Amino acid sequence: MKTRSLPLQIGLFIAPVILALALAALLVLAVGADPLAVLQTIWEGATRDSRALGQMVNFWMPLTLVSIGLIVTFTAGLWNIGVEGQMVMGAVFATWGALTLDLPQPLLVAAEIALAMLGGALWAALVGVLKTRLGVHEIFGGVALNALSNVLLIYLISGPWQPPEGGSVRGTPPFPDAAIPSFLSDTFKVSLVAVLVVVAALVAVVLALRGTRWGLELKATGKNARSALLLGVPTRRAAMSAFIVCGALAGIAGLYRVLFTFVSASLRPGVSGGIGFLGVLVVLLIAVRPVWVPFVTLIFAIVLGGSARLQIALGVDSSLAGVLQGSLVLIVLLFNGLRGRLAAREETSEVTAHE
Amino acid sequence: MDIELRHIHKHFGPVHANNDISLSFRGGRIVGILGENGAGKSTLMKILSGFQPMDGGEIYINGARVDYTGPQAAIRCGVGMLQQDPLDVAAFTVLENFIYGQAGGLALKRREGRARLEQICSRFGFSLDAETPIAQLSIGQRQQLEIVRLLSQGVKTLILDEPTTGISAEQKTILFNALRDLAARDGMSILLVSHKLEDVIALCDEVAVLRGGRLVGTRDMPATTSELVAMMFGQELPPQTRQPLNLEGAETALVLENLTLRGKRVTVENLSLRVRAGEIVGLAGLDGSGQEMLLRACVGLIKPAHGRVMIGGENLTGAPYRAFLARGVAFGAAGRLEEGLVAGLSLTEHIALAHETGALVDWPRARRHTEEQLRHYNVRGRPESRVETLSGGNQQRLLMALMPPRPLLMALEQPTRGLDVDSSRWIWQQLLARRANGTAILFSSAELDELVAYSDRILVFYAGRVFEIPDASRASIDELGRLIGGHFDGASEA
Repeated sequence: MKTRSLPLQIGLFIAPVILALALAALLVLAVGADPLAVLQTIWEGATRDSRALGQMVNFWMPLTLVSIGLIVTFTAGLWNIGVEGQMVMGAVFATWGALTLDLPQPLLVAAEIALAMLGGALWAALVGVLKTRLGVHEIFGGVALNALSNVLLIYLISGPWQPPEGGSVRGTPPFPDAAIPSFLSDTFKVSLVAVLVVVAALVAVVLALRGTRWGLELKATGKNARSALLLGVPTRRAAMSAFIVCGALAGIAGLYRVLFTFVSASLRPGVSGGIGFLGVLVVLLIAVRPVWVPFVTLIFAIVLGGSARLQIALGVDSSLAGVLQGSLVLIVLLFNGLRGRLAAREETSEVTAHE
Repeated sequence: MDIELRHIHKHFGPVHANNDISLSFRGGRIVGILGENGAGKSTLMKILSGFQPMDGGEIYINGARVDYTGPQAAIRCGVGMLQQDPLDVAAFTVLENFIYGQAGGLALKRREGRARLEQICSRFGFSLDAETPIAQLSIGQRQQLEIVRLLSQGVKTLILDEPTTGISAEQKTILFNALRDLAARDGMSILLVSHKLEDVIALCDEVAVLRGGRLVGTRDMPATTSELVAMMFGQELPPQTRQPLNLEGAETALVLENLTLRGKRVTVENLSLRVRAGEIVGLAGLDGSGQEMLLRACVGLIKPAHGRVMIGGENLTGAPYRAFLARGVAFGAAGRLEEGLVAGLSLTEHIALAHETGALVDWPRARRHTEEQLRHYNVRGRPESRVETLSGGNQQRLLMALMPPRPLLMALEQPTRGLDVDSSRWIWQQLLARRANGTAILFSSAELDELVAYSDRILVFYAGRVFEIPDASRASIDELGRLIGGHFDGASEA
């Protein structure tokens, strides 16, 4: 690997972004709108008042949690597509606590967090056991467990946990007040505790990956599990621990969604909101560099949060934001692929030399 | 068809896979291309058949210079290669595969194609049914199909890469008869890449031998196995210069009892072996004869089907690799970047993985330690360099630095493969120093002089059978050649 000069490195990072923006501008022009007006509308949509800002933050935080969890599994070379189901199970476990435990607020919130971590971690550990013991690829195991978690969620909402008035699949009864951390203000509905939990998780993961033997073992396992094993790394244990950590963080993200997404906190269908898959895109986009996570997830949150206003303000379909995001990720991956191909040329020829 | 290769060069990174090879092949003859793994024979044939570009040199066909852009261009020039894994499309039937890739535009002329397929098959006695899906064919049948396809495309020079691996004895007879017929009646050149000497002896009119990327020589057949082995491995054996160690009363490092190892291609049966502390046992044999399986079984990477593996008196049969590591066993695989080093990690990260044990990694200390180790092991590289940027010799020295300083047993696959003379000598200095401290060493090698120079005993593997040369210093090239080629009469089976 040649070390590139800093301007070139930055250039290689910026180029796909500019290309994606150009493509996006073309798309916007093609549907007959003004790109700058679209940009402005998105920005205003996400930041126009403290309510919108709060909603944006409440999308940003769980996406950040999921993304840093996925950084851990990606570091270990694992495609944890089951992260959606892990969010759901975190939400389910925490909901049980919120609806049944009778505790003062700080303790109840702590219990919810612990339960959410447990639910997500258990669901992720299942993927891990399927992978390391039974040879089921984590993508397939993850997809299957995602589907199962949704079935379970619907069953709980329409069965045991349905509200006393009954007969609906809209969700569980609203959580008691003690189960919900207090907001910063009535209009800016963001909980300081929740934000601190996210920041703590981010810092912990960054430090653990950099400074611990665990982080080093994950990295070695992810880059070459065979060599890592021969160097004495317990590679199965490394994979399991990565799944469990990611699942626990996804579980908290699920709880975050339950508490702060809807007008009243309750468990509802589609609680994950596709945030798990979005997290996969984020991590692919930043090539597994944890410090980038909060910035990229912020941009995603602004674009997705603000795009709802596109329809009202400009008569442009709000799914345009999704299209922009998708094309950005594709272009960045394309660039990564090209770079990889250039770098790999010499290496692969060395490998074939052994034949 | 006459082919002439002039001054062919091919580099793969630091490896000079083909070094100034000039060879010519005449029509009507079957030529064996011989050489150990890594000798460069497959590379040379891939260049001739257009699967790989060359870095330098010229190819002449019937006196005219050709310049291919790929395998299809080579086929148009009359040169076709049968790969070890035939390049067919599994979802198609025999007939579809046969028609696919033929000249004649998009129209798939099934009837014509079928007639041609059946005609060629009946000439050689190939048993190919036109409507059978490829997925249902044996490797031997797929090979037959590939030959038929190449012939119908007008190939006049046919290259076969290890064609007898994985086919039945009957298919082998049919194949050899077809090849002889093609050479004798059609005047085709047949080039056979193989390290199975009995096939080469049975089939070839002449051989060309490669070693370390260079052409060692050519000769007409017949030749005996040991003559061919001598060409493949080198003629001379240097006298053993090191001081023999007195192993009287040394403790036992490794015991294998009635060990049976089942591999895909070979089975090692009922092998018993005792290795004492400080002893060096060399494993000789052609690639894939069972020596790699034995090394891996000694470190727990392969579970034996029967028998016991004892390390330092403790029965570790069936225990995982990490249990062997914990008892002081070290393993070095032949593929350094595949099994051993982690591409993408820095040298410091490697040293930290191998030697830092705490839950928190003290990076400044790991870096200092790495600097010391790099100096001590003479690794040319910086602590923050990624490991894949090192040359092969430096990678091997780094692997030495990653191993425990005083292991009980080292099991090493081709520890000096691809290294220059100085690097090899340095590696052996290190190994001999550890042996002097009581480490037992098992190593495999494709170099007879290395085996004789450093082993106390040599085990020769042939198709999973194992024969022992109890005193390596008295081994002769003749004896080793005979054994490696599978002639064991009068030798003692281990």
